[in-house]
Amino acid sequence: MRELALHLLDIAENSISAGAKNIAIRVEEDTETDCLRMSVQDDGRGMDPEMVARVTDPFTTTRTTRKVGLGIPLLKAAAEACNGWLEIQSTPGKGTHVQVEFQRSHIDRMPLGNLADTYLSLALGAPHVHWLLSYQVNGNEFVFDDKPIKEELDGISLTEPAVISFLRDYIGVGISNIQLEEN
Amino acid sequence: MNKIKSLEDLKRIREEALNKRQIKAASGQKEIVVGMGTVGIAAGAREILKAILDYIEEENLEGIVVRQAGNIGLDSWEPVVQVTIGEEPKVTYGKVTTAMVSKIMKNHVVGGEVVKEYALEL
Repeated sequence: MRELALHLLDIAENSISAGAKNIAIRVEEDTETDCLRMSVQDDGRGMDPEMVARVTDPFTTTRTTRKVGLGIPLLKAAAEACNGWLEIQSTPGKGTHVQVEFQRSHIDRMPLGNLADTYLSLALGAPHVHWLLSYQVNGNEFVFDDKPIKEELDGISLTEPAVISFLRDYIGVGISNIQLEEN
Repeated sequence: MNKIKSLEDLKRIREEALNKRQIKAASGQKEIVVGMGTVGIAAGAREILKAILDYIEEENLEGIVVRQAGNIGLDSWEPVVQVTIGEEPKVTYGKVTTAMVSKIMKNHVVGGEVVKEYALEL
């Protein structure tokens, strides 16, 4: 993974697989505190403490009831290499909250990458989910809540050409308006 | 500051879509699924999904359902794209590149002909 936006996509996929109906993603960049923070919060099936420990540990033992992949351990390692951290809070039956933070200016911090494409892929590829996607840079915020859009469309598919066009522009322009140059 | 489109545009889009809505029974439901597990994402699945959406937008193709799925279980073939047209069996394309997307869309999704050289025998 060469972009943080791709890691974000990966984490969000976990939320979708967990049966979430509402997924909120936040990306925050702050040049003053030198911090880049990402969070994915869902109302999916959640995990018990044992499972949470397993998903963050790349060296799992043979006894696993569910397949555990490398997405989270790799993101955790990437954050820790940048004076950062990754934390998962989860409650079975309620949902999961994954938070990760990086020292923004750290030389090893991979670029955020194409956040607009990640947000667009999620909104269009998993339309059964209510997405609340936000991006904040030094206090300037862009929020994409797909609920009013779906209400307005009232049953028209999100993958209709005119809707794809609308969403691509809406999200793309919203993000580029606040994005900083060096990303 | 770039102009951000408003929800008013959506009203118009909805009206146009309703007016153009054709009976789907004849052609059959068209569904495209892009695998988006960790391996898929690392292999470029997001770019493949984007290329599919771009094609739909550019060619103005209506009535196609595009979805993403989690890990399909074909890690060594990622990025994977599955196409289902109506009652026909699902076709799985493996190691899809953005260059292959237009051929798959044009020949199979629009033209109804499976692109055999890209399809996986499962």
